[in-house]
Amino acid sequence: MAGLEDLYREVILDHYRSPRNRGELETPPAMMAEGFNPLCGDEIQVYLLVEDGVIAEIRIGGQGCSISQSSASMMSAAVLGRTPDGAREVLRSFKEMMSIHEHGLDGEPISTDDQPGASGLGDLEALRGVVKFPVRIKCATLGWNTLDQVLDQTGT
Amino acid sequence: MSTATLNVTTVKADFPLLGREVNGHPIVYLDSGATSQKPRQVLDALDRYYEEINANIHRGAYLIAEKATTAVEDSRAALARFVGASAAEEIVFTKNATESINLVAHSWGRTNLSEGDVILLTTLEHHANIVPWQQLAAERGVVIRWIPLDDDGRLDLTDLDQLLDGVRLVAVSAASNVLGTLPPVRRIADAAHAVGALCLVDASQWVPHYPTNVADWDCDFMVFTGHKMCGPTGIGLLWGRRHLLDAMPPFMGGGSMIQNVTFEGFTPADVPTRFEAGTQPIAQIVGLHAAVDYLNAIGMEAIRQHELDLTAYAIRTLTERFGDDLAIHGPHDLENRSGTLSLAYRDIHPHDLSQVLDQHGICVRAGHHCAKPLMKVLGVNATARASLYLYNDESDVDALADGLAAAGDFFAF
Repeated sequence: MAGLEDLYREVILDHYRSPRNRGELETPPAMMAEGFNPLCGDEIQVYLLVEDGVIAEIRIGGQGCSISQSSASMMSAAVLGRTPDGAREVLRSFKEMMSIHEHGLDGEPISTDDQPGASGLGDLEALRGVVKFPVRIKCATLGWNTLDQVLDQTGT
Repeated sequence: MSTATLNVTTVKADFPLLGREVNGHPIVYLDSGATSQKPRQVLDALDRYYEEINANIHRGAYLIAEKATTAVEDSRAALARFVGASAAEEIVFTKNATESINLVAHSWGRTNLSEGDVILLTTLEHHANIVPWQQLAAERGVVIRWIPLDDDGRLDLTDLDQLLDGVRLVAVSAASNVLGTLPPVRRIADAAHAVGALCLVDASQWVPHYPTNVADWDCDFMVFTGHKMCGPTGIGLLWGRRHLLDAMPPFMGGGSMIQNVTFEGFTPADVPTRFEAGTQPIAQIVGLHAAVDYLNAIGMEAIRQHELDLTAYAIRTLTERFGDDLAIHGPHDLENRSGTLSLAYRDIHPHDLSQVLDQHGICVRAGHHCAKPLMKVLGVNATARASLYLYNDESDVDALADGLAAAGDFFAF
């Protein structure tokens, strides 16, 4: 039986207590996307400012449970300073960890396992336990799917 | 109808699922607002139907087809009596309450409403009693107006007369699925009729818990669902005044719902068959009859009293134990509320709260409860909801209180 400690790891609770990059950015120049979890009503806004080809600023708004809030907080820390493509790589690794395999057109899963330092996820590894609680996967991926949307908006 | 008090130990033993364990604890099922558990009597009726008389209805001239047809019509008659309908033909079988409302919106709404007509809803409606009307509004230019709530979560009817200006239909819940509020349905129906409007009642959260009589409400349409009243999923109901149903065109076309079909067109059947296209959920209709028999044998008045006592115990227990750390949304006076308790505990998100409760075998619903406009008014994204039913007892409430305390310890920071 998966216990609560598998889900609520200390680093997750830390990000929930003290969320990083919380707030808003002026749009424009920043872009904003809003994500909803229609099951539980959680809402999240991701603000992104890309300057000189890198994510110069990111802010997270909205309300949600500890899993969605901490995952979004960790996401913001993980992609800040990366290029949009670099952020997409982290996003892909994270969603792989959540067992949501993105499939290429040929139906082959895009794997990052063979790359050095494969997950490169650092603190985000703490969210691995979420897959034992399938209902909560949507909580953990909410911020990331919203990041995906806002990255598309930047056209980079 | 029995007037004896409900013996909750006996009742609980009728529900096989309530005997199981979850995460190493005996299950504490507090989510009957989402769906009720099913007694052995209903499960047996489903088995008996499939094992003994399974056949399609209104078709075959052989014995088991006749028995299946009779079983369906017996169920219709039992449900008519259960809600105080004057004739079995006023009961239409649907998939669920949502389909029942869609039926009225499509059939009555598209026949009778045009641009500028007003539909009056309340702030505490379930999406099922909002979205079909919004679809109609988008398609026909119908206007939607809302009855607001007061600070206690009751309907604020102060400006009802002004709100009713130009209204053709008032659609109101008899019991809120979030706050447990019990709106004054008769008063609203009377006010609607005074301006020539009709009144539709969403009784999904009422019929399982209280004696129901559509004549006492004097409403025009009433919808409810089988699976919240100890019946199977996949069976819902629409009650409508006969002359209104008679004047309504079919909602869905197909088999059964016709008198005649030619190359040129079709003639619809009489009500209720007109609204029952295709093979019906026969086993579920039969199972729902068993649920009605089960509830009647206990007595709806006894069920009402049991839930009233238990709700009083729950409010008292939770308030005494947690004080200001715990808020119960909605009315606190027992005559204005049901046993549906939406909770806010400290700053713990409802999703996290229900996760910890699940570890203790306690099932509560966390989320917006398909009532996002109401959530906006409450100023929250979600609540944790415990909803009581006839098989719950004080030990379930005590387990909830212990679970809340455990969640408080876990998230203490």
